[in-house]
Amino acid sequence: MAESIIPCRLAFTNTILEEAKKDKSIFVVTSDARGSVTLEEFARELPGQFVEVGIAEQNAVGVATGLALCGNNVFVCGPACFYSARSLEQVKMDVAYTHANVKIIGVSGGVSYGALGASHHSLHDIAVMRTFPGMQVYLPADRFQTAGLIQFLVQSSEPAYVRMGRNVVPDVYNESDPFTAAKANVLKEGKDVTIIACGETVFHALEASKKLGKEGIQARVMDIHTLKPIDSEAILLAARETGQIITVEEHSIFGGLGSVVAETISQQYPVKMKILGIPDENVINAKPLEIFEYYGLTANNIVKETMKMLNTKV
Amino acid sequence: MFSLKELEKEAIEIRKRTLEIIFNASGGHTGGSLSSIDILTALYFNVMKIDPLYPDDPERDRFIMSKGHSVEGYYSVLARRGFISDDLLDTYGKFNSLLTGHPTRKVPGVELNSGALGHGLSVGVGMALAAKRQGKNFRTFVLMGDGEHGEGSIMEAAAAAGHYRLDNLIAIIDRNKLQISGFTEEIMSIEDLRKKYEACGWEVKECNGHDIPGLIRVLSEVPVAAGKPTFVIAHTIKGKGVSFIENKAGWHHKVPSREQLQEAIMELNKKKEEIDG
Repeated sequence: MAESIIPCRLAFTNTILEEAKKDKSIFVVTSDARGSVTLEEFARELPGQFVEVGIAEQNAVGVATGLALCGNNVFVCGPACFYSARSLEQVKMDVAYTHANVKIIGVSGGVSYGALGASHHSLHDIAVMRTFPGMQVYLPADRFQTAGLIQFLVQSSEPAYVRMGRNVVPDVYNESDPFTAAKANVLKEGKDVTIIACGETVFHALEASKKLGKEGIQARVMDIHTLKPIDSEAILLAARETGQIITVEEHSIFGGLGSVVAETISQQYPVKMKILGIPDENVINAKPLEIFEYYGLTANNIVKETMKMLNTKV
Repeated sequence: MFSLKELEKEAIEIRKRTLEIIFNASGGHTGGSLSSIDILTALYFNVMKIDPLYPDDPERDRFIMSKGHSVEGYYSVLARRGFISDDLLDTYGKFNSLLTGHPTRKVPGVELNSGALGHGLSVGVGMALAAKRQGKNFRTFVLMGDGEHGEGSIMEAAAAAGHYRLDNLIAIIDRNKLQISGFTEEIMSIEDLRKKYEACGWEVKECNGHDIPGLIRVLSEVPVAAGKPTFVIAHTIKGKGVSFIENKAGWHHKVPSREQLQEAIMELNKKKEEIDG
């Protein structure tokens, strides 16, 4: 597997540029974020399909809705922290409630901005976005999955929120791997425990499973790239077949991946669970990977928590 | 095409129906509905290129009810104009009615789900921009409230409309000078509206928001200036048409009693007779 050299946001912009060249109804709207989203080339090549609104996320989402209601396929792009909070009412009303063909592309999500602080983190976005009826929620794990997801979203007319990171992350997939929305990917089979991850934690879950393998523990690794609609079947199968589940997410422990999984199994097939994520505190000042380490979202702690869970098995 | 006299009578019938459905539902926004009705009548019966038989015609003029709470007047206009049946109005406020207490796109003729203030102008900018970018001739009209102008997002949209020179966008303010708690200028001043919009690159017009011929004149001559969006300050009276409701903040969402409804309808019927002379 080749080492990735581009971040997911660039995989998004490369894909949307190619698609928009073929389809004049594709629009990209941004709020002085063409740099952080990497949209300069799009703006240069397709000025008629590019809309800049300045630093005004509320207006960006409203304008995107107006474009969409006139038959266009609109991607509104900027930092996830702002689109999942500042313009949240526009997302709720204009996009989700009106059911407009608008996709919110939140870049530099989670703790991508590292030491820039809570203003720039989006650790609440899964929780809020998934409560809006009809709103789909996606967290791609790498550049290839991002490209596949965007190709899928171009064909879809459903409102959606996508969160991706800012930095180059290791590849989890191959370029040829297909993307199937709302279908969890089992990246590694296992019968002792299931580690469920989404977005950038998928890589760390895989690393953990390798280490666990050396200890003789077969951990199943599941990538839930689509947080909504959720693949309940895959989660329930994991509960039945492996009997315990650990979730790992770059999100608050409230309302994110762990909650989604807990909601699913607790009502149909309860098994022991551990939710790894960001606790209820303001995140420590550090680089993104250091933050992952500090809050136990990387392989070593996932292994530790898994061992703990297996040792306390009733 | 309706004569001006017919339009004035339509507006009276719409007022009567508005009060009836508010009474039947035991809830609604009486004052703001009554203040918007002449503006809506001018737009729906004369100014806008729309066809109730083809509510999704891609070439239609767009209308956004940004002051979504004035929905009873809006639904009554849509019914009177043939977008929805008059019978449907009787379901308003009843279990599982198609008619929500703020507009939704489930209702033929409605372009945007609204109810949260300060959203409509941004969506209107998107629609006007779509027309410009795709070489379409439709115009986009947005009706806002004056209390609504407390929402800062409106100024984001106003700036964008001026920046993109959207002369196919017409924003109208129902300037009845009242919001739920009292007079706008006492609660939180929104003036100087003219200067605010002019500063954003708009052409500003003022008119009497209850003078249907005057409204038609102003709204038909857009774009007033090439490359400039138009802002129309329609001076209105909250609760217009029923003397005991007019200009009273307390009637923002007060529901008339049976006696008050009868009194209001008598007053409106009398006005209709006066038009017929």
